[in-house]
Amino acid sequence: MSALLDIRIITQRQLRLLTRVPEVLIFSTIQPVMFVLLFRFVFGGSIDTGQPGGYVQLLMPGIFVQTVAFTLAGTASGLAEDLKKGLIDRFRSLPISQSALVVGRTLGDSMLNIVVLVVMALAGLAVGWRPSSGITNILIGFLFLFLFGYALSWVGIYVGLSVSDARVVQNVGFMVTFPLTFLSNAFAPTTGMPRLLQYFAEWNPVSTMVAGCRELFGLQNEFGATAGSFPSENPLLMSIVYMGLIMLIFIPLSVRKYKNASN
Amino acid sequence: MKSVIAEDLVKTYRDGEVRALDHLSLDVEEGTVLGVLGPNGAGKTTTVRILATLLKPDSGRAMVGGIDVIKHPDKVRQIIGLSGQYAAVDEILTGYDNLVMFGELYHLGKKQAVLRANELLERFSLTESAKRPIKTYSGGMRRRLDLAASLIVKPKVLFLDEPTTGLDPRGRLEMWGVIEDLVKGGTTLLLTTQYLEEADQLADEIAVIDHGKVIARGTSDVLKKQVGGERLEIVVEAAHIEKTQAILSKVSGNKSSVDAGIRMVSAPVSTGATALIETLRELDAAGIHPLDVGLKRPSLDDVFLSLTGHVAEEKEEAK
Repeated sequence: MSALLDIRIITQRQLRLLTRVPEVLIFSTIQPVMFVLLFRFVFGGSIDTGQPGGYVQLLMPGIFVQTVAFTLAGTASGLAEDLKKGLIDRFRSLPISQSALVVGRTLGDSMLNIVVLVVMALAGLAVGWRPSSGITNILIGFLFLFLFGYALSWVGIYVGLSVSDARVVQNVGFMVTFPLTFLSNAFAPTTGMPRLLQYFAEWNPVSTMVAGCRELFGLQNEFGATAGSFPSENPLLMSIVYMGLIMLIFIPLSVRKYKNASN
Repeated sequence: MKSVIAEDLVKTYRDGEVRALDHLSLDVEEGTVLGVLGPNGAGKTTTVRILATLLKPDSGRAMVGGIDVIKHPDKVRQIIGLSGQYAAVDEILTGYDNLVMFGELYHLGKKQAVLRANELLERFSLTESAKRPIKTYSGGMRRRLDLAASLIVKPKVLFLDEPTTGLDPRGRLEMWGVIEDLVKGGTTLLLTTQYLEEADQLADEIAVIDHGKVIARGTSDVLKKQVGGERLEIVVEAAHIEKTQAILSKVSGNKSSVDAGIRMVSAPVSTGATALIETLRELDAAGIHPLDVGLKRPSLDDVFLSLTGHVAEEKEEAK
C-alpha cells in the first residue's frame, strides 16, 4: 500500500516537471506532428498504396509507433540526469519502496505519451487520416500504443542507469530507436528491401505494432506482409508477446540495477 | 552510546584495482559531531555512502543507531538524513515543491508535509525563494535547501558529505551557522570535509583519513599539537639569514629551518602572536628589517605532511 503511495508521489513529480518545463511537452509534440506533415506531404504524393484514403492511412499508425518508441530515449536521459545530479542517491536514502522511483518514472513518461498521441491524432485527422474501424477498436489501438511505450520506458530505465552521461544516453536511445523504426513497415513497404532486411523488418516489434494498429484502425494489412511469416500474419499476438517479453526481462533487470545504482 | 560504528570496512572498485576503503574503522558518540577530514579520493564519500545504505562494503560491519546497515538498510533509512555533494534536490521543481514531495515520501501526509516544508523554509531563510525553481538558487541556498530536505523527519543521525565544498566564503559561513544551530539541538552528525578549519569549527572530534584508512583521530587541539601548531615565517635579506635563524630558534625554542631560494627562515611556534612580536623586537634590536613576516596556521597539507609524510594529493574521488 505504501509502495503505491510512493509511486503516486513520484508519478506526480514527473507530471509536475512537465508543467514547470512546458518546452518538454511542446517539443515532444511538435516533433511527431512535424513528421506527420512531412511524410504526408513529401512522400504521400508519390507512394501509391492501392488503398482508399491514400498514404496517410498507413502512415499514421507508423508515426504513432515511432513516437512512442522514442519514450525509450526520453526515460533514459531523464533518469541519467537524475543520477548525475545525485537525486537518485537522495531517493535511495529515503525509507520508501525501492522500486517506487523507477515505476513512477515509467508511469509519468507514459502519461506524457497520452498527451502526445492525442495531439498527433488531431494533426492526423486534419491532414486526412480517417480510421474506419469503430471507436472500440480505435481505443484498443491506442491502448496498444500506450503499452508499447510503457514497455520501452523500462528499457529506457535500464539504459539510463547503465550509461551515466545524459547526452550519451540520448544518442544511444536514438541509435536503438531510429534503425528499429525505419527497418520496419512503418513508412514504406518492406517488399523493396534486400531479402535479409525483410526478415528483420518482419520480426521487428515495431512492424508488428504498426501492422497491428493498422488492423485495429480498419486497414487491410497488405503493406507489411511480404513473406507470409508468422509475425506478419499475427501482428497483434506478436506485439503482445513482444511487450510481455520486454517487460518480463527489463522490469526485474532495471529494478535490480536501480537498487545497486551509484553515480 | 555509539550512534555510528564502522568496523574494518573494505571497499574496492574496478575488480579490486582501486581500494577506496582499506579496513576503515570509526565511530560517533551519540549527540556529538565527528568530522571526517581528508583530501579528495581519501574515501570520505565512500564511507558516507556505505553508512547511508547506498553502497555495500566488500567486507566489514556498519551500525547506525544500533541497526546493522547491511542487514537492515530499510530500517536505517528511517532514522538517517543525508545531504551534501552527492545527495540532491530536484532543480526544476521549486524549493517548496521539493520539500513537500520529500515530506510526502516520508509519509507525513499532504497536510503535515506542507507544514513541515514551510517550517524548514522559514528556519533556513528560504521562505522568500520558496516558489522559485532550485536552478535559480545560489550555491549556498541550494545547499541549505538540500540540508532542509534531509531534516524533514528529524533524523537521529545526520550525514553531511562535504557540505561547503564549492561554496564562496559567504555561503560557507551561512552554512556553518546553520550546522552549528543543528548541532546545538543534539543531532548526531558525521561530517566530511577537506578543510581543517571547517572540522575545527564544527566537530567535537576529528578523524583524519587517507588512502581509505583512519590515520589519526582526536579533538582538533590534539591534532594541531601533533602537527606542531603554527609556524612563524620570516623573509630577510640573504646577508641576515644566519642571524635571523639564531633569533628565531631562541624565541621559538625550536630548530628553525631555512629555504635559501626564497630567503625564508621558519620555525614552529607554540605561542603564536606573542612569539611573532618577540621575534620582531629582537630582529629590530639586531638591526634586521624583515621583508615579509607571516604566522602560518597549520593547513590540511601540514596535517598530512606530518601524519603521513606525504602531501595531500589531488586525485579523483573513486566513484
